Amino acid sequence: MKILTFPGGVHPPTSKEATRDKKIEPAKIPERVIIPLLQHTGAPGEALVSKGDRVTVGQKIGEAKAFVSAPVHATISGEVIEIKPLPYPLGLNTDSIVIQSDGKDEWLEVEGTKDWKALSPDKIRETIREAGIVGLGGAAFPTHVKLSPPEGKKIDAYILNGAECEPYLTCDYRLMVERPKEILEGFRILMAALSVKNGYIGIEDNKREAISAMGRELNGEPDIQMKVLKTKYPQGGEKQLIKAILRKEVPSGGLPFDVGVLVSNVGTAFSCWEAVVSGKPLVERVITVTGPGVKEPKNLRVRIGTRVSDLIEACGGFNGKPGKIIMGGPMMGLTQFTDEVPVIKGTSGILVQTDVLWDEEIACIRCGKCIQSCPLYLMPTMISLYSKRGRLEEAKDYGALDCIECGACGYTCPARIPLVQWIKYAKRELAKKKAQ
Amino acid sequence: MQKGNLQKRKLNNQKLIVSAPPHIRDGLTVRRIMWEVVLALGPTTLLGIYIFGWRALTIILTSTATAILTEAAIQKFCKKKVAVADGSAALTGLLLALNLPPGVPLWLAGIGGAMAIGLGKQVFGGLGNNPFNPALVGRVVLLISWPNLMTTWPKPTPGLFRSVDVVTGATPLGLLKEGAAVATSQVSLWDAFWGNIGGCIGEVSALALLIGAIFLFWRKHISWHIPIPFIATVVLVSGIFWLLNPAKYVHPLFHLLTGGLILGAFFMATDMVTSPVTRKGQIIFAVGCGLITVAIRLFSKSPEGVSFAILMMNGATPLIDRWTRLRKFGEVSVNA
Repeated sequence: MKILTFPGGVHPPTSKEATRDKKIEPAKIPERVIIPLLQHTGAPGEALVSKGDRVTVGQKIGEAKAFVSAPVHATISGEVIEIKPLPYPLGLNTDSIVIQSDGKDEWLEVEGTKDWKALSPDKIRETIREAGIVGLGGAAFPTHVKLSPPEGKKIDAYILNGAECEPYLTCDYRLMVERPKEILEGFRILMAALSVKNGYIGIEDNKREAISAMGRELNGEPDIQMKVLKTKYPQGGEKQLIKAILRKEVPSGGLPFDVGVLVSNVGTAFSCWEAVVSGKPLVERVITVTGPGVKEPKNLRVRIGTRVSDLIEACGGFNGKPGKIIMGGPMMGLTQFTDEVPVIKGTSGILVQTDVLWDEEIACIRCGKCIQSCPLYLMPTMISLYSKRGRLEEAKDYGALDCIECGACGYTCPARIPLVQWIKYAKRELAKKKAQ
Repeated sequence: MQKGNLQKRKLNNQKLIVSAPPHIRDGLTVRRIMWEVVLALGPTTLLGIYIFGWRALTIILTSTATAILTEAAIQKFCKKKVAVADGSAALTGLLLALNLPPGVPLWLAGIGGAMAIGLGKQVFGGLGNNPFNPALVGRVVLLISWPNLMTTWPKPTPGLFRSVDVVTGATPLGLLKEGAAVATSQVSLWDAFWGNIGGCIGEVSALALLIGAIFLFWRKHISWHIPIPFIATVVLVSGIFWLLNPAKYVHPLFHLLTGGLILGAFFMATDMVTSPVTRKGQIIFAVGCGLITVAIRLFSKSPEGVSFAILMMNGATPLIDRWTRLRKFGEVSVNA
């Protein structure tokens, strides 16, 4: 089979050995969960419960009226003990609902249907929305919104993203190895919501077991094609995936539907299967807890809202003195300033690093490695230079807004310039200017 | 090592480090690149010392030492961090020495080293900010100020650490000014390949230079986009002239193997700071270097053109970078 890829990119060590062969284990149900009302790209929700209320697992506890938004659900049964701004993984504090467990793990009565083929596309979208499903690959874009492309945009291809190019993370890989049937059915449900006929699965060529498990399950059905991708970062970026599999470029400033394509992560497809077939809302997900700073790295099925500290404990505690706690992988993950932050829907991993030694940033020697590594063909050093000097229009002209923040440039820079940071800064300042 | 621009916060009696991603880095650093280029110059440096003796060694040491000292002094004076360990000043000093005739007085090498760093680099703000190749700036300062000393060529006297021959010979390119026939009758291309010809300390052996160049290719510190089009242009254009009039113009291989073409194309035109960053820009830059080199060698009074060609194209680099800006992913052309 031909191995597909995209131009640019880098080859960081994959570092997946620690958890690659470890089965997904359910984590202990936590004593307490912190559920932020904003866990997705879009409008934050409003609390539907108040302090002192009793909740059961799966009960909707937060929702926004805005279309680009997703409801949140209680993930343990117990009592709402607090609703207030608390630390959360994507930035500073945000309004969150704190639930104290009653130890019973009582679930709301839910019901799904095995006969989803009889459902109308609108009904599928509605079920997915009510289940609070968002993209589990990291960006957490509400899935029902993705399934509602603007009028006139014809979707003729749907790609299931099993690339998992971030080093260290193995949650998608394990899910593909252990639950290929459910993932595929979930993917077919997603395809049915838009009557898409052409499905593709993209998996990097270092994930042989996942390729064979998914391939076996596909069993030659013509509606979905398996595409093996070169192991290269950021192969799992949606623009890179579309380029590799369909040879199409999403226009600058555009979205995949502009080229008639949608991309969803394998974890998202699995959650859609759960939502439609068993009626279960998104209350848990698989994450990888790993890194040199964790005693026993694991793949865990965890309740959304579980605090990092509980998961570290579930993995035997810290190994040595933690230096950085990263939510996500090492290329794009965000460092946390406390281990009291909760896992949210978009959290794919917790990486703990111990030795964090950095070379000092020095001057750019114009080696051009950032340019050759950029999968968007940008010139990161130029954007960062303009950003540093406050020349935002030039930064924009050089493509600051096209940057997907994959970090390939920063990874390769021999002068250790925080290129992504400067580009992010330019993006934020440009957004502020536009808002004015 | 300093902890860059990281922020530390204290929580739960644990200090966690908060910083922007990515949280892993490729092992390559600027310091490593610089010292590996120095290493790549090893074969030609050693061969230069073998061919031209002790004098060559002392010239190399003087030039390198003054370059490093000048860099340190200026950084200290400007209250910047003294960063000579990054190897860039040592590289400049060494490259300058390799571009000097083997008989120059040591004070000349010293002035060259100081000029290369002071005028060629630090005056623009140091590493990464200089528009022109510092070693070549140093060389040109010397060439203009002391033209006689800079064009006196002792004959090569191969042998381990023999004293330099006082007999003054001519370089192949110098002979060329007396006519193609004179030059080819006195210079064997094999000698030029092995290094048994007159010339600057580091430019005489194509073989030694190529060994270093292969190392740089392997380490990916250079790519074909500059050296190959540069050399190809020189060979092609000088070849056309040779075909038109072989009595007047010399064989293109002569141009390839003599003078500083190979040293310049692989080690100086490829200087990252002063050459374009895009692949397309690098090719344009290299072809420009080649054309100017041939023009100077064939039509001017000066025998050698590589240094000036590179310096001129260094000046054009910002413009080339601007012209060859990359098409963004998914960028729709206006005409499409």
